[in-house]
Amino acid sequence: MTRSILPVLTVVTVILAIWYAACIPVNAQWTRDQAARAGVELTLRDIVADTLGQQRPRLPAPHQVAQELWASTWVEETQGRRGIVNTGTLSNRSLIFHGWVTLSATLLGFAMGTAMGLVLAIGIVHNRAMDRSVMPWAIASQTIPILALAPMIIVVLNAVGITGLIPKAIIAAYLSFFPVVVGMVKGLRAPDAMQLDLLRTYNASGPETLLKLRLPASMPYLFASLKIGIAASLVGIIVAELPTGAVSGLGARLLAGSYFGQTLQIWSALFAAAIVAASLVGLVGLVQRITLRRMGMAT
Amino acid sequence: MSDAPTTTPVIEARGLDLVFETADGPVHALKDVDLTIRKGDFVSFIGPSGCGKTTFLRVIADLEHPTGGTVTVNGMTPEAARKARAYGYVFQAAGLYPWRTIGGNIRLPLEIMGYSRAEQAERVARVLELVELSGFAKKYPWQLSGGMQQRASIARALAFDADILLMDEPFGALDEIVRDRLNEELLRLWHRTEKTIGFVTHSIPEAVYLSTRIVVMSPRPGRITDVIESPLPRERPLDIRDTPEFIEVAHRVREGLREGHGREE
Repeated sequence: MTRSILPVLTVVTVILAIWYAACIPVNAQWTRDQAARAGVELTLRDIVADTLGQQRPRLPAPHQVAQELWASTWVEETQGRRGIVNTGTLSNRSLIFHGWVTLSATLLGFAMGTAMGLVLAIGIVHNRAMDRSVMPWAIASQTIPILALAPMIIVVLNAVGITGLIPKAIIAAYLSFFPVVVGMVKGLRAPDAMQLDLLRTYNASGPETLLKLRLPASMPYLFASLKIGIAASLVGIIVAELPTGAVSGLGARLLAGSYFGQTLQIWSALFAAAIVAASLVGLVGLVQRITLRRMGMAT
Repeated sequence: MSDAPTTTPVIEARGLDLVFETADGPVHALKDVDLTIRKGDFVSFIGPSGCGKTTFLRVIADLEHPTGGTVTVNGMTPEAARKARAYGYVFQAAGLYPWRTIGGNIRLPLEIMGYSRAEQAERVARVLELVELSGFAKKYPWQLSGGMQQRASIARALAFDADILLMDEPFGALDEIVRDRLNEELLRLWHRTEKTIGFVTHSIPEAVYLSTRIVVMSPRPGRITDVIESPLPRERPLDIRDTPEFIEVAHRVREGLREGHGREE
């Protein structure tokens, strides 16, 4: 653990340095225009100071994003007029509220996608017809841009009276089932011929072979797939929240931010999404470590 | 061992043929194989690679299907015998599940065959004692040496009540010293359990030391060239390998192998 801290800190420092350096030329135009309009001469120092602290910068500086994140989570909920402290419910202006909307849909979509992926993988491994027919369709499904598909799914489901969490979750499931199928087909086929022969000598049934050999053998593959799947699920939810007139969720925050040129709002929502994604992947990793250790397969 | 026809045949092959269709044309893995294995026999199959010795064992186990001839196991077809769980099979590699402990691995066939929890525990303890691995039940396979893993896989094949033990080069991957010890242990185990054993090997000393009968096979097409009844007593200390009888049997096996080889080269 301690050995990885130094490289990580170094990389973070370099990224922050590049980010700060980039803020100056990107935001300088606006600073110069303002100065020209007011007829003021600017020193380099003035330009640097201004570009890192604009109200609506083209590229907000890291500390601005951090401040905005803090203000739209902790400060909003504890001190805001609509915050949880004053009203008992989460404020619709806080990233905690929007993050939760996105997170809950992500988890539902992930569960649906994983279940679907598992069922398809088991079918592919056990059924010749499915083996030949399902995979090309699964691959084709992933070549369609989700951005084009998402609004149609929402509209169609809306027309049949399905609204709220489910349409978003379906889009997330559409993205997250694929890595599970691919990983689990490989994982369920991981046992070699000898291990399958062994179960044959016991006259084990198909379900017994699945339960006692194929599924345990596929665990390392499953977790690798789940990590990709849960991240894909989050992307699916944010995409689903973008073009569909959703008023809540991190995707809606991103869209609202871009409508009104609120770059700070966009960037803080982006980071909130990244934090949620990293936490989810980390959580899957934790479950993986515990599971594999219990199975005596810890590395 | 006597040739008395009164001893019941456990495995009987008549005119057995097996042709694999491969991309390079048909491969005659077994041709016209006749063999009777009686109850309590320890039969070794020896021959160069490609002589069909493993294939023959797999036919008995219903893992391959002959293209001609008949084979019966306990008077049944191999398939019926497999479904009646008539034999335990030991593969070249131990093939223990890494996610199960040694005890859990031995419990695997017992779980599938529906033994009660209490009986599973009792049997696991008994066979672990039989292969001298008591106290290792809670260890994982990677914590054991290769020889110990192979012993555990033998225990797994012994855990349920099959009268036949089929072993496909079980000690092939082990070094000479470990192999000697396991050979000795296997003989002792055979005495105690009175099983019928079919044993594939490519080591002449191993075949002669273990077997009551040695089946010499040769390749392309895979066939039996000689069946040698061992004159050695059933009680066999390791140093029996220095006796004239042992050396004579070994010599005959070597001759048989050379003959089979000479014909195709």
